[in-house]
Amino acid sequence: MTAGTEAPAIGLTHQGSEDTGLGHRGPESKSIVVPYGFWLFVLSDMVLFSALFASYATLVHATDGGPTTSQLFHRLLVAVETMALLVSSFVCGLAMIAAKRANMLWTQGWLLVTGFLGLIFISIELYEFATMIAEGAGPQRSAFLSAFFTLVGCHGAHVTCGLLWIGTMMAQIWTKGFQPHIMRRLLCLSVFWHALDIIWVAIFTIVYLIGTLP
Amino acid sequence: MTEHDPELLNVPPGAPHDSMLSETISYVIGLALALILTGVSFWVASTGVLWGPGVATGLVVLAIAQMGVHLVFFLHITSGPDNTNNVLALAFGVLIVFLVMIGTIWIMAHMNANMGISPELMNLQMQH
Repeated sequence: MTAGTEAPAIGLTHQGSEDTGLGHRGPESKSIVVPYGFWLFVLSDMVLFSALFASYATLVHATDGGPTTSQLFHRLLVAVETMALLVSSFVCGLAMIAAKRANMLWTQGWLLVTGFLGLIFISIELYEFATMIAEGAGPQRSAFLSAFFTLVGCHGAHVTCGLLWIGTMMAQIWTKGFQPHIMRRLLCLSVFWHALDIIWVAIFTIVYLIGTLP
Repeated sequence: MTEHDPELLNVPPGAPHDSMLSETISYVIGLALALILTGVSFWVASTGVLWGPGVATGLVVLAIAQMGVHLVFFLHITSGPDNTNNVLALAFGVLIVFLVMIGTIWIMAHMNANMGISPELMNLQMQH
C-alpha cells in the first residue's frame, strides 16, 4: 500500500487499484464488523415492522362497529411523545460524542437524559393504552385495535428494551471504563435508539396523523 | 486522517466524525431539520387550507424526508466509499420494506374490491 503518490480513489476501489478491501489486508477489525452486523439486525427489525404496518393498513377500517381512529387518538399526546423521542435521539448522539472523548461525566449525564426522555415517552404510551383499554377499546375489541396494539406495542417493547440497555451501558461504562468492547456496545445502542426514532416517525405519521385527518 | 488510512476503508453505521465541533453541528442540524419536518407534518394534518385528498400523500412524503434526515445526520449514512456496505444493506432493507408494505396493501385492497360486497359489509366480515 503506497499512499500519497497514487491517483485519487475512484468509485468502490481504493487508490484506483483493484483492492476490494479483503485481499492482503485481511478481514475488517471487530470495531467495524460488530456494528455492521448490528446494522443488519436493525434493518431486519425494520422489515418486521413493515409487516406490522402492512397488516395495520389492511385492517384499519375493520372496526366491527367499535371506536375508530379519529375517536381514539389525541394529537397533543402524540406531539409530546414525538418530541420526547426526537430529543432523546439527539441527546444519545451527544452522549456518543462525549464517550468518544472518554468523558465520564458528560457521557453518563447525556445517557441519563436519553433514558429519562425515553421513560417519558413510554409512560405517555402506557397511559394512552390504559385509557383506551378502560374505555373498552382493548386489543380484543376489533381487528383494527388488534393491529394497532401489535404495531405500537411492538415499538413500545423495543423502547423498553432500549431503556434497559441504556441502564446496563451506564453501569458498564462506570465499572469498566471506555474499553473498545464497551465502546462497540455503546455504538450498537446508539444505532438501535436512532432506529427506534425512525420507526416512530412512520408510526406517528401513518397511525396517528393520517388516522385523525378531518 | 485520509481515506488512504486502511482503518478508514469501512466505517460502522453511527460512527462519529473527526472533530467535536463538526460532530455536534451535524447532530444540531439533524435535530433542527427533524423538528421542522415534524412541525410541518402536524401543521399539514391540522390546517384546512390544503387540498384534502392530497394531505395523506404529503404526510407520507414528509415522513420519508424525515427518515432520510435521521439516517444522514444521526446514523451518518453517507455516499462516501467508506460507507458502501452500510448503504447497500440499507438499500436491500428498503427494497424489502416497500415490497412487503405496497404488495400487501395493493393485494388486500384488490381482494376486498373483488369480493363484490359493500365496504360496510366487508368491515363486518374482517372483524375477527
